[in-house]
Amino acid sequence: MVDQSIAGPVKAMSVSEGDRSGRARIVIVLLCLGLAAAVFLSLTSGASDASAVNVIRDWLSGAVPFDAALSARDSLIVYDIRLPRIILGILVGAALAVSGAVMQGLFRNPLADPGLIGVSAGSSLGAVAIIVLGATILAPVTALFGTLALPMAAFFGGLATTLVLYQVATRRGQTSVATMLLAGIALAALAMALTGILIFMADDRQLRDLTFWSLGSLGGATWAKIASVGPIIILALAAMPFLARGLNALALGEATAGHLGIPVQRLKYTAIIGVSAAVGASVAVSGGIGFVGIVVPHLLRLLIGPDNRYLLPASALLGASLLLLADAVARTIVAPAELPIGIVTAVAGAPFFLWILLRKRGVVDL
Amino acid sequence: MGCFSRIVAGPMVGLALAFTALQPADAAEGVSVFSDPSKIAAIGGSITEIVYALGEEKHLVARDSTSRYPKAVLDLPDVGYMRALSPEGVLSVNPTGILALQGSGPKEAVDVLKKTSIPFIEVPEHYSREGILEKVRIIGKALGADAKAEVLARDLDDRLTSAEKQTASIKERKRVLFVLSVQGGKILAAGSETAADGMVRLAGGVNAVEGFSGYKQMSDEAIITARPDVILMMSNAGPPVSDDELFGNPSVASTPAGAARKLIRIDGAYLLGFGPRTADAIHDLAVSLYGGQVTD
Repeated sequence: MVDQSIAGPVKAMSVSEGDRSGRARIVIVLLCLGLAAAVFLSLTSGASDASAVNVIRDWLSGAVPFDAALSARDSLIVYDIRLPRIILGILVGAALAVSGAVMQGLFRNPLADPGLIGVSAGSSLGAVAIIVLGATILAPVTALFGTLALPMAAFFGGLATTLVLYQVATRRGQTSVATMLLAGIALAALAMALTGILIFMADDRQLRDLTFWSLGSLGGATWAKIASVGPIIILALAAMPFLARGLNALALGEATAGHLGIPVQRLKYTAIIGVSAAVGASVAVSGGIGFVGIVVPHLLRLLIGPDNRYLLPASALLGASLLLLADAVARTIVAPAELPIGIVTAVAGAPFFLWILLRKRGVVDL
Repeated sequence: MGCFSRIVAGPMVGLALAFTALQPADAAEGVSVFSDPSKIAAIGGSITEIVYALGEEKHLVARDSTSRYPKAVLDLPDVGYMRALSPEGVLSVNPTGILALQGSGPKEAVDVLKKTSIPFIEVPEHYSREGILEKVRIIGKALGADAKAEVLARDLDDRLTSAEKQTASIKERKRVLFVLSVQGGKILAAGSETAADGMVRLAGGVNAVEGFSGYKQMSDEAIITARPDVILMMSNAGPPVSDDELFGNPSVASTPAGAARKLIRIDGAYLLGFGPRTADAIHDLAVSLYGGQVTD
């Protein structure tokens, strides 16, 4: 556990601490309200005219619905399509945003994202392996796990990559962050090359599946998937707040953090396990949704400052809300068809982020 | 290090168990006739064409983005690409039945659709004459139009058989290379087990590609070795590739097709749909390949 004596020096980091923490608390309360609004909006919007309000009212009153068939259809849409998507969206959005914030703190680099430690490339390799080889070499795996074979392979692919990376970068119990960055680049390149071999082997139908998978979607949300990856993401997210103080101290440099009594080595591997589990599980169920891990933490740093004690929970809330809103757009804008969510996050998020950066030019800090 | 492995191994085992425990139950299958065929969603271009050919288009309430013929179909709501369906989108048109070509997906979307009380009929796809007749009979049966389907199937059978016979007496078989796309000078060609391969053979040609199935990028040397007499491409599929761009590729230029600048372009849905228009497409392709040698 973190020594209390570090609270002083770490607090002295930001200039107007009291001012900022007050503001941060207000922002977090607003973000909670925002998430509640996003959930309500997602639950009541969609391609069909199914009314979530009616379904819930039916359910609460236990009344005999006017049109049994229509109401059965509506409750299926609300409980089996919209609700799992909302829960998955909250989990994935929070996981991606918090993982981004933690990685940026750990590497002390504003450009760091979970992709750096090879977890995304490893997850993709696992997923592509199932898409391409699922009917032939890996048939026993798909027979055993059915539709869950792909998320599982993606998760293990990401975790295995991170595991190798960690072993490479760790010498005598000390993990070198610089070695890890370089090894991460090499491993990601290797995973991409193997993915390339699989893509070469793929037939046209598999290629189309791959394309859609790489654009990302919450469309495959089922209760079974949530039950399988949900606990992993929740556990990883629950561990992250304990990293906040350590990451704050790490901003002063590894040696300084060590002198302040922070167990730097333990901090590093907790962060890496947490991030690879959260991101591996997210990539597994929703494909490649980019952009959230970089933009959300930066946006919040501009709003509430770099203190991780507020930044991590705020990132979780904003990441979840933004992904829900993006998914609501994806589900309704070309109804009855659907856009891949990765397109929505980039098209909506990128210009907005640029605009923020232009306004705050020169004051981006970590 | 060892400690790290242990930390990871625990959740891995737990997760594997969680995955095995959560197998979704398979939906009940085996519907072949819609109890209420009044509002049908058609997924797959050839499915939609067959519904029109049967004169049953009044039942259609939605289509997918691959259904673009006949023109009237474009007025129906589009539920998206057949391999990226949104379950709520399909349900939003309130269908009483779903007719989907084999390969519609993704699997999760199809699973959710099968959970509803709406009958879901998957129509198999084979790139042959029998495949087309099978589609017609399955769709006819589903819509309760068996008699109409039998008439159409017989008619198509006659026309397909005679279309195939047109080239039966030709000795010199043309070698055809079907090019799906030319991306940055890379030729993506059709191997066996593709709609293009099936059409080339029905029209009395030989697929110049041997040794792979599906669509693959071909190396320059493989193109030269394939010695195609003719290049076949889809018109209206994405940005058009100019003749100069195709024949400007040195390996293509060195083949018989390149020397004679022999390129055939046919509408993609018409050529590869394996539906009611296929007999005409076979005839058109045969005439493009053999000209006057085609016997009617």
